[in-house]
Amino acid sequence: MDTAYLIETIIKVVVILLIFSALAGIGTYFERKILAFMQRRLGPMYVGPYGLLQVAADGIKLFTKEDIIPTNVVGPIFKIAPVITAATAFIAAAAIPFFPQFTIFGYTVHPIVADLNIGILYILGVMAVGLFGPLLGGMASANKFSLLSAARTAAVFISYEVVSGLSILAPIMMVGSLSLIDFNNYQTGGISHWIIWSQPVAFVLFWIAAFAETGRTPFHLIANDHEIIDGFGTEYSGMRWGLFFIGEYANMFFISFVIPLIFLGGYGDGSLLGALGLIGKVAFFFFFFLWTRAAWPDVRPDQLMWLCWKVLMPLAVINVVITGLVMMF
Amino acid sequence: MKMEQFNDRNVADNGYFLVDIEDYPTDGWGKFKRVVKRSFRGELFVGLWVVLREMIKFDIHTVQYPEEKLPIGPRYRAVHEMKRLWESDTERCIGCGLCEKICISDCIRMDTKIDENSRKEVSEYTINLGRCIFCGYCAEVCPELAITHGGEYENASQQREHFVDYEYMLTPIDKMKAGTQMEFEGFGAITPHEDERVKKTPLAY
Ligand code: SF4
Ligand code: SF4
Repeated sequence: MDTAYLIETIIKVVVILLIFSALAGIGTYFERKILAFMQRRLGPMYVGPYGLLQVAADGIKLFTKEDIIPTNVVGPIFKIAPVITAATAFIAAAAIPFFPQFTIFGYTVHPIVADLNIGILYILGVMAVGLFGPLLGGMASANKFSLLSAARTAAVFISYEVVSGLSILAPIMMVGSLSLIDFNNYQTGGISHWIIWSQPVAFVLFWIAAFAETGRTPFHLIANDHEIIDGFGTEYSGMRWGLFFIGEYANMFFISFVIPLIFLGGYGDGSLLGALGLIGKVAFFFFFFLWTRAAWPDVRPDQLMWLCWKVLMPLAVINVVITGLVMMF
Repeated sequence: MKMEQFNDRNVADNGYFLVDIEDYPTDGWGKFKRVVKRSFRGELFVGLWVVLREMIKFDIHTVQYPEEKLPIGPRYRAVHEMKRLWESDTERCIGCGLCEKICISDCIRMDTKIDENSRKEVSEYTINLGRCIFCGYCAEVCPELAITHGGEYENASQQREHFVDYEYMLTPIDKMKAGTQMEFEGFGAITPHEDERVKKTPLAY
């Protein structure tokens, strides 16, 4: 491995880490503002102009708060759990092409850390490992609400994973590759080539699974404040809790990248317009996460399992079979 | 602020109606039909549209409290006030002590003395707001409409015992001269059109 490649990769990793940690913070600002506007409130207004510095205030608070390890918790696991959530979210980002490749100072940059040939499997797999954070954190804590949350995590885990895997299978069959760059190149022919037109069912199923994956509102049952306090986060404070938080928001951003890349043409032909188009699509999907939080109620854990196993999984299987038949003849 | 819509307790005329709820399906086929119906009726999109519409309308209802305040009703019972007579600007309180007697949380303490004109005068008068429950009995019992409730509700304090005294509650004399003393409309106040309703005492007894 030559040094230039090593340096380039390290720079890319650092840039992605910095940008998405910052985006996670700014994401909370947008979330509060948008939720507030949808509920006819103003949201944060006091820190800085229009509450813009609220993010900084929260950051300072999280960093300077005492790091409490409560008695009766299982120390090592309790400490490592938030790191799992945050780390896996960023590790998963390694196989996401954030931009088309571009040339700067005569040097071609591929804005993807590693173009794995199993890209999409890798992303889904590593993101799924992120659920070990809530699971372990909930079980290591010494209260019932965290334990309930851990049990729910396991339930969510076994439910959505099968849907996201099966729904993505049909597009994979069409593209014939697992790399997201190949997915993108398959759809470069413009809007009519987008996979969403040939695989609408897979698109909707994957989108639903993405909500379960990130634990956002219709499936926000892992840390449902009005039922089980903060679930696995109940006993966490300061930066350890912040890591869970960053993990959740980074996951939202990354999944918002993955959905357009697979179904909506990604960055298109690689021009600047295409790159801006990708950012627009990501912004829409991120906005949709916030939008549903204002509009929709939460489902119960048993309803989620019912939905995933009895409705979505059969649909996904039928979709795969039909896709196969169509491709065969 | 208009109070009519809040004072109208006749809910039947206010657009209330019974919601038409179907019976829940009991058999499998009925449940399946319900799932299909709910999936394709697009109810979720109605919810999405409602919140998006509110966001676009941007009809914000937030009151940014320390800077903005909501108006409070004229009958609101907050920190007490002592009124003056409109005719002579002198204090209405005659030192009868009824308010001290009736106060159910025992938070009024007063003392009186005979002044140089041989009239009874209040020398000490405090209300312990830490004990007061703002029930309004003192305002109701006062024969002179002297003690009433005011609209000052921001009485956060560093200790539970928090007193207001006679000078604090009394309408300032310059405010009185300017004619801006407000009459209280709540407990013990004279109802509107009192003059027409009052019956003359028959003199031949
Ligand atoms: S409002 Fe009630 S509790 Fe307060 S001083 Fe008057 S009578 Fe006493
Ligand atoms: S405030 Fe009213 S009730 Fe109390 S002593 Fe004075 S006149 Fe009597």
